Amino acid sequence: MAKLWQVTKLIRSKNSGPFELTFDIIFKERATYEKVRDAKLINAEWFGRTYRLKPEVVAIINYDAATAIKITIPRPVTSGDIDDGDVFGGQQYGPLVDLEVPA
Amino acid sequence: MKEIRVLSATGILGSGFREETLKRAMGLKPDFIGADCGSTDPGPHHLGSGAPQFSDAACKRDLRLMLMAARAARIPVLVGSAMTAGTDAQVERLAGIAREIAREEKLNFKLATIFSEQDRGYLKKRLKEGRIKPLANAPVFDEGVIDRSSHIVGMCGAEPYIEALQNGADVVIAGRSSDTSIFAAMPVMKGFNPATVWHMAKIMECGAASVVLRKYPDCNFAIVTDDHFIIEPPNPDYRCDPASVASHNLYENSTPYELVEPSGILNTVNARYEAVSDRAVKVSGSTFKHAARYTIKLEGAELAGYQSIVLGSVRDPIILRQFDHWLENLVKAAKDRIRAVMGDSIDSQYRLDIRQFGRNAAMGVLEPDMSIGHEVGLLFQITAPTQKLANSLAKSLSHIAVHYPVPEWTGLITSVAFPYSPAEIDKGASYRFNMNHVVEPDSPLEMFRIGYEQV
Repeated sequence: MAKLWQVTKLIRSKNSGPFELTFDIIFKERATYEKVRDAKLINAEWFGRTYRLKPEVVAIINYDAATAIKITIPRPVTSGDIDDGDVFGGQQYGPLVDLEVPA
Repeated sequence: MKEIRVLSATGILGSGFREETLKRAMGLKPDFIGADCGSTDPGPHHLGSGAPQFSDAACKRDLRLMLMAARAARIPVLVGSAMTAGTDAQVERLAGIAREIAREEKLNFKLATIFSEQDRGYLKKRLKEGRIKPLANAPVFDEGVIDRSSHIVGMCGAEPYIEALQNGADVVIAGRSSDTSIFAAMPVMKGFNPATVWHMAKIMECGAASVVLRKYPDCNFAIVTDDHFIIEPPNPDYRCDPASVASHNLYENSTPYELVEPSGILNTVNARYEAVSDRAVKVSGSTFKHAARYTIKLEGAELAGYQSIVLGSVRDPIILRQFDHWLENLVKAAKDRIRAVMGDSIDSQYRLDIRQFGRNAAMGVLEPDMSIGHEVGLLFQITAPTQKLANSLAKSLSHIAVHYPVPEWTGLITSVAFPYSPAEIDKGASYRFNMNHVVEPDSPLEMFRIGYEQV
């Protein structure tokens, strides 16, 4: 087992427009990517539980061309609105960094 | 083989590029230079207030080098989403900078300006006709939203750029545009395969963002033929590889497989990314499906109120052990005090929001870990209809906060550390994005006005 950050080039979050947040998990090695992808560890239920969201609003896409897993959710607060704490959406990936994954 | 050579000066005009890289890229004989100048990334302020993200000086520095290079080579310059939000005044501002540069450098060119701010009457008409449709997670849209917005822009496609180029424009400065349209316009005009063109445009619109390790903003370069494009960064210290180029489809996009444009959808499911050297990548295999209805995305922002903030931190372990309870009571006491000063009717005129740094300031309701360390930072934020009111309420609040007690200590305590005097900071107007919708116009040009002048 390894932590997700140890097997990835990049874990990031970012706005996809002001109304959506998107997370990219880009793996270093294709073999690890395929293991994590096929183990379906990063799934809507787990993500929803971690981010306190209903799994129905969590969209997960496996992107083989870049050995990446993408997660997109509606923004709980529109970018820059009065109660938004992260205008760029750039610091939302923290809870993903130490996820235990097969290496 | 027919080809077109595309130079992207930088990911966002005003963020910079190396002069040396531009020179090198000009040696590769580009057919035009493009640069995006806008984004919704920095939030609603720039659309709401009209203030640009970058300084005039920063934009002028980038535009000067682009204009001088392009006029020497007799190729067009296309800049979209002028001065961040692409409002009419921001287009005028950037056009003014272009005129200044022309005077200073003795350049001559035909300038086209594309205006993308929207007429409220037009939008109300399209709304009545049912030709304004919501996108994902869109807020409510009605005539009230149209009236309340300080600015509404339409995100133009490639067509207004093509119109300007066909009318002989050497330099195009456009209001809000889809980032890709800037780079797609000329290749589409010349009849290249739209799938290749839009995929290239998606990669190129962010300048050097698709290189393996982007240490600073810089130019990028692509050679487009009908069935593929080759991307190779002109900066010798940069390289692209198939993964870095494929990864770029992930960026700021809800899916890497689709890119929605006014005229259709790029699909990259079958795209191939092949290394042609250790720094160049060949991309092919995407498809483009023309949309049944042409659509223009709207962006609008309205005033949310004026804000005053108070920043402080709490270090006392006794307070931190009962933090939620302490803070909840502090808020009650502050609201009581504000009511005592301003009368009961004040309740509906302001909002008090508190951000807790060290707990969930970054993630808000998404935060799974609300544990407390040895210190918590607090940002109290008052939002009210005027700055004066926000400031008076913040003054009442900060005095309650700084001395708010806990039962363990007797006597007057000072419970919050303020880094500033005065503790209250006026933050000015705050705006909110208020639409995520598309319009179905009769034609791609209907929502945009193009002006021409000889500079």
